[in-house]
Amino acid sequence: MKPDQPAFEPELTAFTCGYCAYMSGDTAGALRVQYPANVKVVRLPCTGKTDARYLLAAFEQGADGVYVLACPIGNCHHVRGNERAKARVERTQKLLDRIGLGGQRLGIFFLSGGMGESFALAARTMTERVRGLGPSPLRQGIGNRQ
Amino acid sequence: MIVGEQKPLEEITASLGGARRVVVAGCGTCVTVCLAGGEKEAQLLASALRMATALAGAPVAVSDVTVQRQCEWEYLDAIRDPVKAADAVVSLACGIGVQAMARHFADTWVVPGLNTTFLGLPEQQGIWTEQCQCCGNCMLAQTGGICPIARCSKQVQNGPCGGSENGLCEIKRVVRDHGVPVTRTDARGKQVPVTEDVECAWHLIHERLKAKGRLDLITGLMPAKDWSTSRDGGPRRIVREDLLLLDEG
Amino acid sequence: MSTSNGFKSGSTLERMLRAGHFAVTGELGPPQSCDSHHIREKCGHLKGVVDGVNVTDNQTAVVRMSSLGASVIAVQEGLEPVMQMTCRDRNRLAMQADYLAAYALGVRNMLALTGDHQSFGNHPTAKNVHDLDSLQQLRMLKELRDEKRFQCGDPVKGQEPRFFVGAAAAPEAHPVEWRPQRLAKKAAAGADFVQTQLVYNVPAFKKYMEEVRRLGVHEELSVLVGVGPLKGPAMARHMRDHVPGITVPEHVIERIEGAAAGIPPEEKAERQKAWKAEGIRMCIELIQELREIEGVAGVHVMAIEWEEAVEPIVRGAGLLPRPGV
Repeated sequence: MKPDQPAFEPELTAFTCGYCAYMSGDTAGALRVQYPANVKVVRLPCTGKTDARYLLAAFEQGADGVYVLACPIGNCHHVRGNERAKARVERTQKLLDRIGLGGQRLGIFFLSGGMGESFALAARTMTERVRGLGPSPLRQGIGNRQ
Repeated sequence: MIVGEQKPLEEITASLGGARRVVVAGCGTCVTVCLAGGEKEAQLLASALRMATALAGAPVAVSDVTVQRQCEWEYLDAIRDPVKAADAVVSLACGIGVQAMARHFADTWVVPGLNTTFLGLPEQQGIWTEQCQCCGNCMLAQTGGICPIARCSKQVQNGPCGGSENGLCEIKRVVRDHGVPVTRTDARGKQVPVTEDVECAWHLIHERLKAKGRLDLITGLMPAKDWSTSRDGGPRRIVREDLLLLDEG
Repeated sequence: MSTSNGFKSGSTLERMLRAGHFAVTGELGPPQSCDSHHIREKCGHLKGVVDGVNVTDNQTAVVRMSSLGASVIAVQEGLEPVMQMTCRDRNRLAMQADYLAAYALGVRNMLALTGDHQSFGNHPTAKNVHDLDSLQQLRMLKELRDEKRFQCGDPVKGQEPRFFVGAAAAPEAHPVEWRPQRLAKKAAAGADFVQTQLVYNVPAFKKYMEEVRRLGVHEELSVLVGVGPLKGPAMARHMRDHVPGITVPEHVIERIEGAAAGIPPEEKAERQKAWKAEGIRMCIELIQELREIEGVAGVHVMAIEWEEAVEPIVRGAGLLPRPGV
């Protein structure tokens, strides 16, 4: 977080559900909305499948930031999956604080399928937030991974 | 079932000593059901330990393995190789499993990853309440199926005491997270523990027996309890002769 | 030596009740230090005013000089203690050992209590004992005295402890309908007398006594009603809202509040004086009302950290001088 260092391009991993979130990505593409290129998208059947192990695995593999994209609360295609995602993200943020990496590197956004701009905004928001935090100290990959 | 809660990550890392290769061992029975120490939790803790130790500048190689039950020798035999290859094992089993591992793998440094808390029941997913104190002399037939030894804060057997009000105990339970009291700032800016209501077991007993027309069960004096069947009599042991396989010849 | 005239203990409180006089007991809390002069001073306020003084046992789970030690000091001051013993801090061995010492040192009244949970006090990390509950303690006291047997069944070889045995009662604690039954249980277990939680709600207490009389319990033990002077409306509201087993009717709060009407808010000392004077007056009237209830054998005056109020209350209620027994 030193301001005089050259800006870096954060590597982000986005876990999306297969409904609203993934569709919003399609919409962004159809609308030719610009968003940062360094976002790897992982599609889940529903954000209710979000598992802290996936989120941590993304960081272990060198992600600077991770976020979940879900249907709006109250509109989950599987009724309440997005609520579980929110609860798990919050718990994992606390775990990341304990680990020493910092829970700010993990986020969650809610948007519906037609919101292409929001898909891009989520990507830009996380990118700027993580840019401010600097590259993940684990970025060289963990030598101790088995 | 046995209910436990994970220890804070910092406490677990501190207990590893100078271990360079660690195995996190999960257990597939009680601690899986209370989502504290099963396969998922073991994998997650292994990941967290790899990351935390790398960030601290002294990366530790951490893998995970889960068995059906850590308190049975046959299941432990099956994981002898990964355990032997490690400097330390973090067992996410209850205190029984931790001790079984430590005994079965006497040359291995075994540390607990959980605080085993109580014998309890899942009220709903995510909420567990203490139900049994293993007193060794079950009196549930006298109290309509509600245990005052486990569920009365003062273990009163001729209750309720004078503190019972609106079905609640006079005490409030301190809320904990990973074993550490949760605090909030009060009106005067002081950090105080967050507390929650405790049910009065004797209120429940009275209600249940009244509904069943069996208040006669608590009208007479319940005499002084024999605590020698409990842990107070010393660590306990049960032997079933009929189940022992005697050595032949 | 056994007591003569059929007295169980020969204590002043017992004699007073047996003679049919309206009994009066008080209360004192030992200091959180070794300074016995605090106890001696409090005894000074109560001597000749009460038939026995309750000596509390680590009340609200805050460590104080033990009730045994403080009771012995009370004996030295010529004021008979009602020694309180909770089940929270001692197992049956320690309890019986303390009974033997207490009796040997002149204590003649013992009150069996469950005890406040240690989470209320200054040592919340302690292990709580609760080997026995208060009813089992009552039975133990009765068997020591009447059957000369320890709780384990062994006979007492030599002088047995012969206490006048007391218990606490909470007429308005929940479930309210069970409380008279619980009093019956305490009588059967061995209680010779009970002291109730503070009463401000006379109709509720009358209802309780109706059922107590129907069960015949008032003939098995002596009921002393807990009374306490209010220091002001804040105390009244605190009792109503934060102490289990106490209800304070609205008219009681209005009356005490009204005592300072006409005194400007800045004159705090004057307002407090007015409230306290009214509190004492109300306590006197309450005692007179309670005396009329069949089955009430006396009062237990709890003037918390206000022992000087006890004498004017007992005098105002027409209960002084205490009869000779």
